[in-house]
Amino acid sequence: MWVKQISVFLENKSGRLAAVTRLLADHGFNIRALSIADTSDFGILRLIVNDPAHANRVLKEAGFTVSETEVLAVEVPDRPGGLARVLDLLHQAGINIEYLYAFVSKAGENALVLMKVEDLQRAVDVLSAQGITIQGHDVVHQI
Amino acid sequence: MYWNADLECVPLEQRRELQLERLKSLVRRVYENVPHYQRVFREAGLRPDDILTLDDLAKLPFTTKDDLRRTYPFGLFATPLRNTVRVHASSGTTGKPTVVGYTRQDVDIWSEVMARTLTCAGVTQDDIIQIAYGYGLFTGGLGVHYGAEKLGATVIPVSVGNTKRQIMLMQDFGTTVLACTPSYALHLAEVLEESRVDRTRIRLRVGVFGAEPWTKQMGRELESKLNIVAIDIFGLSEIIGPGVASECLYNTGLHIFDDHFLPEVIDPVTGKQLPPGEEGELVITTLTKEAFPLIRYRTRDITKLYEEPCPCGRTHVRMSKILGRTDDMLIVRGVNVFPSQVESVLLEIGQTEPHYLLVVDRRGPLDQLEVWVEVSDKVFADEVRHLETLEKTIQRELESTLGIGVKVKLVEPKTIERSQGKAKRVVDKRDLYNRDK
Repeated sequence: MWVKQISVFLENKSGRLAAVTRLLADHGFNIRALSIADTSDFGILRLIVNDPAHANRVLKEAGFTVSETEVLAVEVPDRPGGLARVLDLLHQAGINIEYLYAFVSKAGENALVLMKVEDLQRAVDVLSAQGITIQGHDVVHQI
Repeated sequence: MYWNADLECVPLEQRRELQLERLKSLVRRVYENVPHYQRVFREAGLRPDDILTLDDLAKLPFTTKDDLRRTYPFGLFATPLRNTVRVHASSGTTGKPTVVGYTRQDVDIWSEVMARTLTCAGVTQDDIIQIAYGYGLFTGGLGVHYGAEKLGATVIPVSVGNTKRQIMLMQDFGTTVLACTPSYALHLAEVLEESRVDRTRIRLRVGVFGAEPWTKQMGRELESKLNIVAIDIFGLSEIIGPGVASECLYNTGLHIFDDHFLPEVIDPVTGKQLPPGEEGELVITTLTKEAFPLIRYRTRDITKLYEEPCPCGRTHVRMSKILGRTDDMLIVRGVNVFPSQVESVLLEIGQTEPHYLLVVDRRGPLDQLEVWVEVSDKVFADEVRHLETLEKTIQRELESTLGIGVKVKLVEPKTIERSQGKAKRVVDKRDLYNRDK
């Protein structure tokens, strides 16, 4: 039900992001979505790629610090208020969102938003009950 | 101008007699009162009676910082605590500090050698001395303080920090002598340049700088910026604190007050004594200390000795400015820092790889210590907060152990260079040591 995200520890110095993306390109991975959380010293690059287990291995072998995290891929209607409704539902259910970022491409008519929440299963239940589609990795990694 | 001409300017032969007499009595004292010395003397097959000449000094075993660590806190004291009127402490090589003690007579001798030091620098009872060394467990502040009072100068015991107030007092009280670390002096000089202080209100004429090594070039910079004569003073808490040796106005090296502190220079690998003029590790025996005497203490400082007399008339053996270290100790803002201290803190926290690097830089005049720590898969989680908490924990623990501000930087794995033999733990970007003389 949820999607595997890869996180990479990056020092804040020039060329590190280029190095990761070059490595993934050389191995034929397609980056589906990404975001960076940064502090003054370091950043965490979060990636959705087509074959996360393989990408994880490749990055580790190249000496990067990598971890895998499970996140939700939530379909959000691509119109004003689409995201607000989803977030309201989670808020009412008392589920905190640690971070979220959006997919570059759409799933049909809907935008796709990636969310890291405290309690994945409960978030899925809350949102599904309201007719919101959660995409699994079989779909997401192939978009 | 001398503080104690009888002792400072005596013919060498006469001083050697005094040294031998004191050495014999010291050896007997430590043998009778300190179990550690009794044990190592026995292991070396020595009895106090075997010390008959100054050359016999070479028969005695060395004392190292490790011996101090093993006997923490008071194991090397030669007098009961009842007779100890003061303790000081400096950083040890791991978590525990190195503790030293003073009897009333030790404090008197310390005051005496510091009064000699200040007199070497041309300071008199007419001077107003602003002591901006740290006061407290660190020996710098109180050591200079007692010497300056003995000399009869007017003492401003301001301690280190609060630069604006330092400059205000300097103007309002008419400070003529500044005593602090050379890096703090440089910081003061730069703040003074930036602030629009009327320079005619600054009456400084002498700087008494120590607790960390400094180059002649830095000395020239301090002299021109502060319009002073900069004097290098040398000491270490294990021996007594400041007051072990001092430059005089002739700038011929540092006069070691060798009626109290008997110096040798040795090859740090073989332990063999080296002749004057050859570069090696400074070893000191405290001839007169009561509470915390040391036999052949290995300072790990590299220097050379000179025996020919100085034009100032003092006959003390002189040492060159410190040329380096035989271990990986760093001196950051006057505080001793050992990589092993950082390692023990990291091991205690236990969440990071034991790969780390200390990076010291002088941004502006004040030294910055950065500790780089590799982030392993084990500790890396997807959350920024988690890593920031780790960074803060390491920083807090390091600051509490080292006693100075530290910046912790998490770095990618394998970015800290691995070496085959001894790991490289330190990158010092400062230019501290004279290699020109």
